[in-house]
Amino acid sequence: MEPATKTETLDIEGMTCASCAASVEKSLTRTPGVQRVVVNFATEKATVDYVPAQATPATLKDAVVKAGYGVLERAPGTSAAERSAEIDRQKALAYQKLKRRFGVAVVLAVIIMPLSMLMLWPALMERVNMPILNYVLLALTLPVLFYSGREFFSSAWNSFKHRAANMDTLIAVGTGAAFLYSLAATVVPDWFMRRGLMPEVYYDTTATIIALILLGKVLELRAKTQTSAAMKALMGLQAKTARVVRPDGQEVDVPIEQVQLDDIIVVRPGEKVATDGVIAEGHSAVDEAMLTGESLPVEKKEGDPVFGATLNKTGSFRFRVTKVGADTMLSQIVKLVEDAQGSRAPIQRLADKVSAIFVPTVIVIAILTFVLWFDLAPLEARLPLALVNFVAVLIIACPCALGLATPTAIMVSTGKGAEHGVLIRNAEALEKAYQVDTVLLDKTGTITRGEPAVTDFVPAGRQDAAQLLQIVAAVERQSEHPLAEAVVRYADAQNAPQLPATGFRAVEGKGAAATVAGQAVLIGNRRLLTEEGVSLSAELTAQAEQLLNQAKTVLYVAVAGQAVGLIGVADTVRETSAAAIKQLQALGLEVVMMTGDNPQTAAQVAGQMGITRYFAEVLPSGKAGKVKELQAEGRTVAMVGDGINDAPALAQADIGLAMGGGTDVAMEAAGITLMRSDLQGVVTAIELSRQTIRTIKQNLFFAFIYNTLGIPIAAGLLYPFFGILLSPMLAAGAMALSSVSVLTNSLRLRGFSPVKN
Amino acid sequence: MDTAEIIVTVVGLALAGFVVWYFFFSARQTASAVSSSSGVQEVDITVKGGYSPDVIEVERGKPVQLSFYRDEENSCSEEILFPDFSIRRDLPAFKTTLVELLPEQAGRFEFTCGMGMLRGSLVVK
Repeated sequence: MEPATKTETLDIEGMTCASCAASVEKSLTRTPGVQRVVVNFATEKATVDYVPAQATPATLKDAVVKAGYGVLERAPGTSAAERSAEIDRQKALAYQKLKRRFGVAVVLAVIIMPLSMLMLWPALMERVNMPILNYVLLALTLPVLFYSGREFFSSAWNSFKHRAANMDTLIAVGTGAAFLYSLAATVVPDWFMRRGLMPEVYYDTTATIIALILLGKVLELRAKTQTSAAMKALMGLQAKTARVVRPDGQEVDVPIEQVQLDDIIVVRPGEKVATDGVIAEGHSAVDEAMLTGESLPVEKKEGDPVFGATLNKTGSFRFRVTKVGADTMLSQIVKLVEDAQGSRAPIQRLADKVSAIFVPTVIVIAILTFVLWFDLAPLEARLPLALVNFVAVLIIACPCALGLATPTAIMVSTGKGAEHGVLIRNAEALEKAYQVDTVLLDKTGTITRGEPAVTDFVPAGRQDAAQLLQIVAAVERQSEHPLAEAVVRYADAQNAPQLPATGFRAVEGKGAAATVAGQAVLIGNRRLLTEEGVSLSAELTAQAEQLLNQAKTVLYVAVAGQAVGLIGVADTVRETSAAAIKQLQALGLEVVMMTGDNPQTAAQVAGQMGITRYFAEVLPSGKAGKVKELQAEGRTVAMVGDGINDAPALAQADIGLAMGGGTDVAMEAAGITLMRSDLQGVVTAIELSRQTIRTIKQNLFFAFIYNTLGIPIAAGLLYPFFGILLSPMLAAGAMALSSVSVLTNSLRLRGFSPVKN
Repeated sequence: MDTAEIIVTVVGLALAGFVVWYFFFSARQTASAVSSSSGVQEVDITVKGGYSPDVIEVERGKPVQLSFYRDEENSCSEEILFPDFSIRRDLPAFKTTLVELLPEQAGRFEFTCGMGMLRGSLVVK
């Protein structure tokens, strides 16, 4: 009997190429006791089956190190998913704790408040012993300060040691000052009386400030978790297991991490596709909305790519795995969105500069407020007035609103974009898209599908169209030419029965020939027919002329030496293009088209699309030049391309939008990638950018105005004119609400939905 | 002006001066990266109300691995941002989080907490 084996999965470090994987595998295989080794280069993991008596995880590790690579030591449960679960757990815990601290502060503040207001009823006051009441208030305030508000003090102190100051510093200094003054008034009231001062206490102020700020924090934390909800949803799409077909035909469910390249995976109706691959067998309709935003299921057959996290609808199929782990489409999307959320918008620069010096500046203003009130106020009230205004300035200032203004809006909108198949590279791209006034469309692949389709099928004279189509399709089925594929698609769409063809021969640059039903068939351009000595009737010549005038490619068909028909082929316009262009124009953008076609064709397509300005006969190398030309007119240009040979133009434009998932090169050059192949995505991207930047501007405006008005009012600037002073408790309320309002404003972006046709 | 006013004014102005000097002009803690055998520049950073060290010197063109250990639960430091490298990471409390990047240009790159209150910089030479 074979000894029982154990399986160990190692995270290998330092593999840069497939041959590295091979050498790790070799080294592990040679280790005594190892029975089977699979090294997956893409996931950087080695799965080893070994006999525990002869090998241990340590000897396996040595083997990897000997091969020149490292083994990542991971504490159990530190995979990316588990790490994010750990963060979520900690956040949930922190939220619970925060709510508890808030609860204690509220309950005590509610008791402290009325007790502090007893002096409003002189009759009551006569029966109460003031010093004792103060000690009672002190006892009630201590837990608020040292339990509920402890974090403000520890954080302020830790920051202070780093020569840094944050919002907690302001709260700690503000409440600390109010508390210490009250403590002195409680313990040594005589000292105050001797100087002609009432020994007033501010316990209610201290407790209320802490309760209100904590309320703000509770609301803030709750709102903040919602900003990344779209991102979380995206990550949660990943399938957990895959049903792999083993070489012996057995189907086994395995965890997704163990799926390897070239594995065959079975997907049944209603199941999630586990990872990226190519269909090897079967066909189905797949819902790709989660990746592309396309609401209709996409038909998939053998040879078509499928993507992890999409949903299989009707049929069952098997696919061969081509990508795993970080290389899958879903992972790439998640990475792109993550990167975008970590980027900083240029619009934020001023806010960044301000928040860097904000807190120390506010402290200086507060100190000066104290000095001025102390020096200028009437003698008997100067100390309390100086103190109250000092505290109010510290408490009302809200650096959080400034700090939250931009990132929260960017977080929500990049997530929202991904939901609709619009991937935004970074915050700067979003800002550029907002400034755009001109949209330059590369016709092929954006307005049109970028692939030829049969537009006209013209049988000559009394020819039977259906029969002719069968014959033509029989020949073209053998060919791999794109035009032939267009003809086959057309025939399939007409449900033409399939006929066998023999003796297929491709004539390079001219067409193809074969024998169908005993007859010699020729399909190709005019030259092919001329060379084979087939003449065209006047009728066919005229019809061909007409098709050529419409900028269509013409295929000529001859059967048994007789010209019997024409096929017109052209790149077709997407159904959604005209509507999307109209919407772009309605947004106030000038839409310009560029194409390699001749001026007549260009004019025709432009007219059909409602585009007034276009560039015709643009060579691929001249695309970037056209972008420059528009920029030289002082325009901010968005360039939309399908990624094939337009990377330089995408990079030259102020903002590049690559369509249809895009090639890797295009995604590199483009600021925005549209997962769905239609112009609607351009509209969505521009609308989203406009709403986002508008939101950010509102947020920044609010945050700046709030602080520039709030701080002087709290300092008592209105007092000499209107006798208005701001109570520190009101200041705390305003401060708590200000950051929550900024967050709430950003969260409004979650309601974004693209305009439908 | 009585004695108390003079004292308050003098002490207040001195305190304001101290705040400006302490937060804006005093010297900061700097650390240079240590290159490991594999050529990765490694730096350990403790996060507690700020970053220590908060100025990190690294060499251009070599991969950098920063280990952030967050030694507190305070929510201020729960995120770390390297805007120039498009990196935003959550830092779990009392855990080490790795941030890997490749500095290709020389210069001074700021890193901050989620709200830009805590600051440090990566100096690439």
